[in-house]
Amino acid sequence: MSTTTDRPTITVPGSGIPKARPVKARRRGELSPLGKALSHGALTLASLIALFPVLWIVFISLGPDKTDYLHPGAILDKMTTSNYSTVLFDTDFFSWFGNAALVSGVTTVVGVLIAATTGYAVSRMRFPGHRPLMWSLLVTQMFPIAVLIVPMYTILSTLGLLDSYVGLILVYSTTTVPYCAWLLKGYFDTIPVEIDEAGRVDGLSPFGTFWRLVLPLARPGLAVAAFYSFLTAWAEVAFASTFMLSSDKYTLAVGLQTFVSEHDAQWNLMAATAVLIAIPSSLLFYLVQRHLVTGLTAGASKS
Amino acid sequence: MAVAVQGAPSKGSRAREPRPGLVERFKRSYSKHWYAYVMIAPVVLVLGVLVLYPLIEGIWLTLTDATSLNSARQIGVNKVPASYNFIGLHNYADILWGPGSYDRFWSHFVWTIAWTVLCVCLHYSLGLGLALLLNQKLRGRGAYRLLLILPWAVPTFVTVFSWRLMLSDGGAVNTVLGALHLPEPGWLDDPLGQKAAAILVNTWVGVPFMMISLLGGLQSIPAELYEAAEMDGATAWQQFRHVTLPGLRTVSSTVVLLGVIWTFNQFAVIFLLFGNGAPDAQLLVTWAYRLGFGQQPRDYAQSAAYGVILLSILIVFTSFYRRWLARNEQANG
Repeated sequence: MSTTTDRPTITVPGSGIPKARPVKARRRGELSPLGKALSHGALTLASLIALFPVLWIVFISLGPDKTDYLHPGAILDKMTTSNYSTVLFDTDFFSWFGNAALVSGVTTVVGVLIAATTGYAVSRMRFPGHRPLMWSLLVTQMFPIAVLIVPMYTILSTLGLLDSYVGLILVYSTTTVPYCAWLLKGYFDTIPVEIDEAGRVDGLSPFGTFWRLVLPLARPGLAVAAFYSFLTAWAEVAFASTFMLSSDKYTLAVGLQTFVSEHDAQWNLMAATAVLIAIPSSLLFYLVQRHLVTGLTAGASKS
Repeated sequence: MAVAVQGAPSKGSRAREPRPGLVERFKRSYSKHWYAYVMIAPVVLVLGVLVLYPLIEGIWLTLTDATSLNSARQIGVNKVPASYNFIGLHNYADILWGPGSYDRFWSHFVWTIAWTVLCVCLHYSLGLGLALLLNQKLRGRGAYRLLLILPWAVPTFVTVFSWRLMLSDGGAVNTVLGALHLPEPGWLDDPLGQKAAAILVNTWVGVPFMMISLLGGLQSIPAELYEAAEMDGATAWQQFRHVTLPGLRTVSSTVVLLGVIWTFNQFAVIFLLFGNGAPDAQLLVTWAYRLGFGQQPRDYAQSAAYGVILLSILIVFTSFYRRWLARNEQANG
């Protein structure tokens, strides 16, 4: 247990290694050498377990044959990047990538923007309907996919939005917006109301206060919400494979499955595609990871 | 949500004067709260059009015998109108106590409950353990944190797919087990192995979120509390029991609630790990999806009825959970 009350570890940008702290005599909360060794051991083991499946798929993706995953030892002798060049140049990878990027990007921007105004409203204002709104944000989290997917399918088809980006973005917003609004509400709660009051005194409208003062302060919360929305849309399979019908509209998650048909399972190509898909989300993750701790729990841990 | 009640003081509390007429009240409420309403309008619209309306439509479907054979559909240029009938609560009766209801519903129900309890316990205890380790003064804890949340950054379908390769018959996991002369279970074929594999993968997927949330909670516990506890001669265990756990209460109640909801409805892990196989390891939600989309003819009505049952279970659970939390809160002051 640490004695620190400061914000999470400050990391040197780009290195992920904590800044060296001034050397002090051992004080309360610091560990004995044995405790340190044990903690390092446990954390190293846990990191290995966390990392292994990701590394494994990178390794498999280097084997040229589709059954290489069954005898991984053989891959060492014949490592090649041919899977990657096949996926990049001989498949629809780039159009799937573009579709997924478009859908996830718009979902993120739209979702976070409207979730932010709602989060702000429920955090700062008490209006009739406040509690039911908070409840419905939670209840929406509980919706099993089975209850919505059939009616959504009919609605989208009536509106002519089947097989369209707009339709998919709308569907994803129903998952991301309620959670983001909830998360951001918690974050806005930690921003002192005095800031709003000062803004009002200076003649800003509620929107102005929100836009010019509160939003910039809520950047860590926004980053986490954006990350969550992006990842949800980037990695969603069930809706995308049900609603996107023509292969040039597929997102990556759906396109990936075309490598494995009943007759021919090209696991090697699938592995390479999977690695390529994981790269953008990992980069985004790296950008926001410093904010994750504060962003996720700011509101919930306050009271 | 414990979070809902706390927070900023209200800006526009209701007027205290004698109650004016309905229209007048509506006008006043509007002029006082219109900022709030404008701000929540987009979300209310999205939820109303894309959640509430499909929900009502879905509930209506459960009262019919709709399948893909009698629903409105397009064959070539011909539009075939829907021809399903209203059959009342028959679907629910059939699911809950119709012939074969044990194999179709109750066995999945029991497994879903066991799955939720096991997974959330594993998520929470492993997450808390790692959060405690990370919250110490330790070299390189930023790097550890980065590595430990990595599973969260990679899309689920990518990692589940990797697990599938690792757990397959000649895959990495069994090769290691074989080299150690341990039994090599058929993770993806044997019914018990499938359940174990599903729990293993879902635990791996879910721990990072718990860990980060609980780490945030740990960092918000004031250090003075530990100092005071130490002055009173509390052991490490007593500090954990009487300072750490109570300090985490708000975060814990939120993440456990979310964890239960998400695990109960976990679709991707089971679906991607087993596809249409593994009838025993199907959760209620994947079973419902299979009824609706994974078979011919597609049974829309029963699938939706499963959905409504799932949703009701979660709503009942949540209201009891929140009541229980509120009572605990009072008991502990």
